[in-house]
Amino acid sequence: MGKRKIDVRFSKFGTVSFTSTTKVNDFIDYLEQGKVMGTKCKKCGALFFPPRADCYKCLESDMGWFEVSGTGKLVTYSKLEYCPVGFEDDLPYVIALLDYGDYKVFGRLADDLPEEDVSVGMELKTVSNNLPNGQLSYVFQKP
Amino acid sequence: MGKVAIIGVGQSSFVRGYPGTIKELAFEGFREALQDAQITTKDIEASIICSAPEYDKQRSPAGVIAEYLGLIPQPTFYLESLCSSSSMGLKVAYSMVKAGLHDSVAVIGFQKMSEISSAESQERMGRGADIQWESPFGTMMPAYYAMYARNHMATYGTTPEDLALIRVKSGTYGQLNEKAVYRKSVTLDMFSDPESTMSSPVASPLRVGDCCANADGSSCVIVVNEEKAKALCKKPVWILGVGAASTAVNMVGRDLFNGLTVAQQAGEQAYKMAGVTPKDIDVAEVHDCFTIAEMMAYENLGFAKPGEGKELIRAKETYKDGSIPVNVDGGLLSKGHPIGATGGSQIRTIVLQLRGEAGEIQVKDPEIGLVHNIGGVGLYGNVSILGR
Repeated sequence: MGKRKIDVRFSKFGTVSFTSTTKVNDFIDYLEQGKVMGTKCKKCGALFFPPRADCYKCLESDMGWFEVSGTGKLVTYSKLEYCPVGFEDDLPYVIALLDYGDYKVFGRLADDLPEEDVSVGMELKTVSNNLPNGQLSYVFQKP
Repeated sequence: MGKVAIIGVGQSSFVRGYPGTIKELAFEGFREALQDAQITTKDIEASIICSAPEYDKQRSPAGVIAEYLGLIPQPTFYLESLCSSSSMGLKVAYSMVKAGLHDSVAVIGFQKMSEISSAESQERMGRGADIQWESPFGTMMPAYYAMYARNHMATYGTTPEDLALIRVKSGTYGQLNEKAVYRKSVTLDMFSDPESTMSSPVASPLRVGDCCANADGSSCVIVVNEEKAKALCKKPVWILGVGAASTAVNMVGRDLFNGLTVAQQAGEQAYKMAGVTPKDIDVAEVHDCFTIAEMMAYENLGFAKPGEGKELIRAKETYKDGSIPVNVDGGLLSKGHPIGATGGSQIRTIVLQLRGEAGEIQVKDPEIGLVHNIGGVGLYGNVSILGR
């Protein structure tokens, strides 16, 4: 009897990933293709970002994927001068939240977009990126 | 069914690096509460032990602590809702007593944050969010509250100085609190002085002065039914309302970014249950883990309209002699924030105030007090209303 192979694709997400297995592991494959994707419930049409495997509204688990496209409004942001273990090489960095209307996206500003150049309410877009440590993520940029 | 009362309150000093075990730490708050209530362990029918487990080496602390405090063979269990654990404990104790299950319940909060190394603590800090979708970006607690501060400033024109005024108030009373970890006064000038630690950036727009300190500490609240309260206590403080709410841990699941929905909802529940309005509150303890948290509490609890919290602090209305005194024991900003013990400490302050036993920080003749205690970044919210 061979050991069942465990799908640990999610360990590739972010500077430090804290979980390796999820039912939405395809998110990582899409990131590799340059796409930031959420899920859509095939029954009720609800959009989820970050992607969910299960729809709590109609208790369905039959989900499709949609791409995060266009721009979202910058709701808020903060530049960190301290960090948890594992993020020291990234300091300082700016975490932020974008509102796309039907859903919101939590992430970071791109390294070449300093805090001084953004303000609450401005439009930004979400793009996938490769991190220096070989991990995959996404960042917010000016459109 | 009868009313439910608090007849004893206690807390340890809140310190850095407590030189003892979690059992010994819990004993300090517990002993003070029993002495305050003038009862013995035999008078307690059940205990609820509250803390945030990620700081404990001891697995399942409830039984171990209950044994040390002499509370066996009575039932005991562990309760966790992050920083609001002991307020949630009060709500559960209220339910148990109100249901007639037990005549008396001890709510024991503790946290020995120095139980683990600072490297371990830093590692846990990163996991305080949604570990799947937020933590990989390098998030931490001050940065989330900073995001609320940023949006509050952008929406309402609140300034960093307004937030600093809250810390100045905290220092005014913190220096009078012999159980506080930080007992120095704080001036507005410190926030603009690059030589002062207070001005050092943590997560913009929050600075060191906007953040509370970690601490080790314990607290205890003795909850009993009406019959026992009248038999045992000259000045019982009645639990009039206990509200609680939860929301999405992940910021993307939220719709409000300049206030905490859990505080609004828990507040509404507690006001309704107590049959009072914000105007009826004579003294309040709010969860000021960061200055912005106190500012939002003013608004979420209805002490000020949304965006007008800054007017309250500018006019010193939340000082001891103001229209709504808030955190006149120095709050978390001065006392320190031993997660599981914090709610019990807030409850203790309000109980002492309602009994007229608060000493130098006594507010004039309060009849109704409120405790606002938040777990995580508004993940859990508890509001309790007490009256004499």
